[in-house]
This record gives sequence, C-alpha cells and structure tokens, in this order.
Amino acid sequence: MKDSKHRDDHWLVRPKTIRLLWLAFSVVLTLTVLAQLVISIKGYVGVDSWFGFGAAFGFLSCVAMVLFAKLLGKVLKRREDYYREGADDV
Amino acid sequence: MFDSLPPALILLAGALLIAVLRGYWRIGVVLLAPLATLLAVWQVPDGIVATLPFLDYTLQIVEGSPLRRLFATVFAGMALVGGLYAYRTARWYELSAAYAYAAGAIGVCFAGDLITLFLYWELMALFSTVVVWCGNSAAARAAGIRYAIMHLLGGIILKVGIEGVVVHTGSIDIQPMLATNFDTWMILIGILINAAAPPVSAWLADSYPESSPTGSVFLSAFTTKTAVLALILMFPGEKVLIGVGLFMVMYGIIFALLENDVRRILAYSIVNQVGFMVCAVGIGTQMALNGAAAHAFAHIIYKALLFMSAGVVIYRTGKNKCTEVGGLFRTMPVTAFCGIIGALAISGFPLTSGFTTKTMISQAAADESLVTVYMLLAAASAGVFLHAGIKFPWFVFFQRDSGLRPKDAPWNMAAAMFVLVALCLGIGAFPGLFYQFLPYPVEYTPYTASKVLFYLQLLLFSGLAFFLLLPLMRRTETISLDTDWLWRVLLNRVACSIGAFISALLAAISRVTDKVLTRSKKACAKQMNTDLDANDDEELGLFARSWPIGRTAMWIAVLLTGYVFAYYL
Repeated sequence: MKDSKHRDDHWLVRPKTIRLLWLAFSVVLTLTVLAQLVISIKGYVGVDSWFGFGAAFGFLSCVAMVLFAKLLGKVLKRREDYYREGADDV
Repeated sequence: MFDSLPPALILLAGALLIAVLRGYWRIGVVLLAPLATLLAVWQVPDGIVATLPFLDYTLQIVEGSPLRRLFATVFAGMALVGGLYAYRTARWYELSAAYAYAAGAIGVCFAGDLITLFLYWELMALFSTVVVWCGNSAAARAAGIRYAIMHLLGGIILKVGIEGVVVHTGSIDIQPMLATNFDTWMILIGILINAAAPPVSAWLADSYPESSPTGSVFLSAFTTKTAVLALILMFPGEKVLIGVGLFMVMYGIIFALLENDVRRILAYSIVNQVGFMVCAVGIGTQMALNGAAAHAFAHIIYKALLFMSAGVVIYRTGKNKCTEVGGLFRTMPVTAFCGIIGALAISGFPLTSGFTTKTMISQAAADESLVTVYMLLAAASAGVFLHAGIKFPWFVFFQRDSGLRPKDAPWNMAAAMFVLVALCLGIGAFPGLFYQFLPYPVEYTPYTASKVLFYLQLLLFSGLAFFLLLPLMRRTETISLDTDWLWRVLLNRVACSIGAFISALLAAISRVTDKVLTRSKKACAKQMNTDLDANDDEELGLFARSWPIGRTAMWIAVLLTGYVFAYYL
C-alpha cells in the first residue's frame, strides 16, 4: 500500500481524502457557474451579468494580486532581523 | 447637567477598580463593568444629554444618536467578550489599560463636541500604548514607543485642526464638514492617522502583533473604528476618502499576502477592511453610511474572533509564524472552527455577517454609478478571501504537519469565541434584526439569488486561485518594508550622518585650534625663553633679551608723542 505511511495520520490529510476534496471542490465550482443558466445575475455595470463573469473576475484578480505581491516582495522583503540590527541597545 | 452617568465613566471606573481589586472581586468587575456600560449605552436617548461648562464653552459630554449607540454597543460588547477571553491570562495592568482604552472609545462615540472628542481620543492613545507595552518584550516596548509617537503626532494634528475650526467658526460642535481649508484638512488627517490610512498605515502592522495574545484582541477593536465613526460624523461624502479607502483595501491585501507573522496578516487585513469603510464614507449616501457603520460593527466582531483564534494558538504554542505552525486542527478543533468562521465572515461569505454588511457598500457604489469603485471593491472582496479567508486558517491549522500537538483553547477563551461565532452567523442569517439599529432606514435585501450567486462565484474561484498558486505563496522567514522604513531606518541614517558630519566638523575645528595654540605657545615660549632646557648658546628670545636703556627711552618718547597727537586730534 502506497498510503501506508499516511494511514496513521488524520483522515483529513490522507491523499485519498484530499483527492476527494478536490473532486468535490471542482463539482461545486462547476455548479456555481452552471447555476447561471437558471439564475440570471443582475449586473450593475454591464459586464458583471455576463456568463461566468464573477468566476473569471474573482480568479483573475486573485492571480493578478498574487503576482503583484510576488513582484513587490522581490523589492520589499528583508530578513526578519532587518530592523533589529544595531538596535539591541534600544 | 447629568441626566445619567456617562457610559464611558462607568467603564473607566471599572478600569480603576480592576487595578485596585484582587481575586474574585476583580473578575466580577471585569465581567460586570462592561455589562453596566452596555446598559447605560442603551439608556442614552437621542440628542444632547450631559453638558459641562469649560472655559467659555459648554462641553456636550454625552450626545446620543442611533449611530453613536451602535458603535458604543459594539465597543462595550467587545470589552465584555475581550474581558472574558483575557481575564485568566492577562495581567491586571493589561486588563485595566484595555478597559480604560475601551472607555476612551465609548467616550468618543458619545462626544457631542470637538473638545470632548479630543480628550477621549488622547485617552485612547495613552492606554492603547500601555496595551502594546504589555507584550512585555524588547520588541513590544520599541513598537509601543513608535506607536505612541505616531498617535501623539496624530493627536497634535487633530488638535491644530480643532483649534482652527473653533477659532474660525466659533462653534465646537461636531458636524458634517468637507476638507476645504487648512483647519478641516488637519482634522481629516488627524482622524485618518488613527484609521491607519496611507502613508502611515504601517503603525498598525508594526504594533498590534507585538502585543500579548490577549492585548491584540482589544487593540483590533477600538482605534481604527472610532476613526471610522469620526469620519461618518464629520466627513460624509468627502470624495478624497474614496481614493484613500481603495488604496487601503489594496494595500492590506498585498502586504498580507507577503506576510509570515500570523497576527501581522490579520493586522494588514484590518487596514484592508477599514479601507472598505473609509471608501463608503467617501461615497456618503445613506446606503453607504449605513454600510460603513454596519461593516464596522461586523468587522469588530469577526476580526476580534480571528485575533482570539490566533491568540489561542500563540498562547498554546508560543509560536506566531506561518512557517512554524501548521496542522493544528488535529488537537485544536474548537480554535480552528472559530478561526474558520471568522475567516468566512471577513471574506463576506453568504450567511455570515461580512456578506450582509460589506455588500451594502458595494451596492452603494453601484447605486451611485461608480463603476471603477464597484469593480475594485469586487476584486478586493475576492482578495480578502485570498489573504485572510483562506490564507490564515490554511497556514495555521492545515498546510503541513508541524508536529505540534498543543491543547485546545481554555474554556473561557472558547466561550468568548463562541459568543462571537454566534454573532457572526446571527448577523449573517438574520440581517433584518441587525439593520434596524443602523443610522438610516434600510431598504436593502442582501439575499437575492443573483447577489448570492455572484459572490459565490467570486469567492470560490478566488479559493481556486489560492490553491493553484500555492507554490507561489510559500511562506518565507522575512518581513516586508513599509513606509515606516522612512522613519525607522532612513531618518535614523540621516540623523547618524548629520551627527557624524557635525562630529567630524568639530574634530577638524579642534585640530586646527590645537595646531594654532601649540604653534603660538611654542612661539611665545621661544621669545620669552621660558623653555628652561634651551641651549644657553642660542640667541635669547625677543622678550628675554636685555635691551639698551637708550632704545627704551626712544620708544617711550615715541609713545608719548603719539599720545599728545591723539589728544589734540
């Protein structure tokens, strides 16, 4: 059994459960988009009533934010003791 | 003068009693003082209730209105639940300071004039600094000093504005105004500093995570939200606030994404959430102001819940970094459950308080045809789910197995968290009950199929983005520079280089004077032959030689002639 080393671990973190969770998550995601066939979304600015707009907008804006944060991190990230250097006498 | 006791004074008396009482008596005061305050808050009728003469002015110590009661209710409630959460672990001085801090916040809620507002404003600054110091580490003491400097500076700016308005208008009343001249700009800036607006947002993420696990629960509730209340009272419809708010919203998300410290993630998300409220005040319609007030109320509850959940983790494990914790759901199911509810509420998931309050702000933007604002707020809602909704519970309670097996929350902390869980879900499930306490009549239905579906798509797909981009979000043991770099490092460097320049200049001057002195000393010594070791064969110095008497007589004659000339001139 390739799962043998996980068998003692909590059921929630076993690979089998995680595969199931991904499956369930995918089904829910698909359903929320498909639900738009039945329920029309009232748009306030035009585009937001398009099919799947909420899904695409949510996904893409998150990708954009993560990438922007990643880039900004290249400039702004410092070691944890950055401010502590030479401040021990405070 | 006083129809009833001002609610703030009741809590302030409670804070004093906590300091002097011991044992069960103190616990009694911790739990009963906020309750008594809460009752007093609900007794305050509309209009000016208590006045006090001061110099030539009549201070309006207590002025009631639905908006003021709403904020005071949540502040007193937070003191109560925070007290329940903290009383077994926090030191007496932390509890006492936290209650005095809460009293300041409640005082601001009912302040009818600018002078009273300012006094309570400073009371908050004073005791919140003590709460930061109760973190009891070198880092907390340093952060507390930076925090105090920032808030005293903000207080001075506010005071300058208040003086200006009082002198130029002759009125000390708190009334709606716009930032049109120097005085009103100063007031606006003074308030915005407390709201953690740019460019000084950094004070919040700098100080709150350094406080104790219990202290951060109190800190998260009061300062920024009294600033929101002050903005609603004084600057509704001030268009500058829309831009400021949107900046705060985005800043909070981006910096929280970069952060490794658990409580610092939550601190950045305070800035993000306050951004929603500031933006709403900028929109300024009744719907927007209702949204700002409702969102402040809901935010205080779920943010305290999140800080409580993080506080339990830090209390039990002593660790506060994403890179150090993980997998804690195994032994801390209660804390994990409460943290997840707080995270869902902050993300504005349907059936939580975030959904029924935050969507009011988006609706207000849509009603005013502010397309960009509406779209940015929608993007930000997705971003909130990303940085707080999933990131916080995922990295703390799931992620990987850190091997830590801490005990779950002590009963009092669990009880406090469950009270807040109930409120988060209650406001989410029964918004109608809550809406009746808002300042303006509410004609808004949060639960329409269209709205729920739109937000579900938005949030669930941002969840998908989180898990797909997880490799990009691997936590690193780093901090991120913020504008506070300017005064923590640059100012320090400038001061150091100015100091070095001055000392170099002084050293150069002293070198030159030394040289001049030694040379002239040498010359004198040579001429006067005080140098006893000098060789006898050398020619004697100018003042050491013997001079013929005739030459002396001639010089005297020259001097006397000069004197006679000078006399006749």
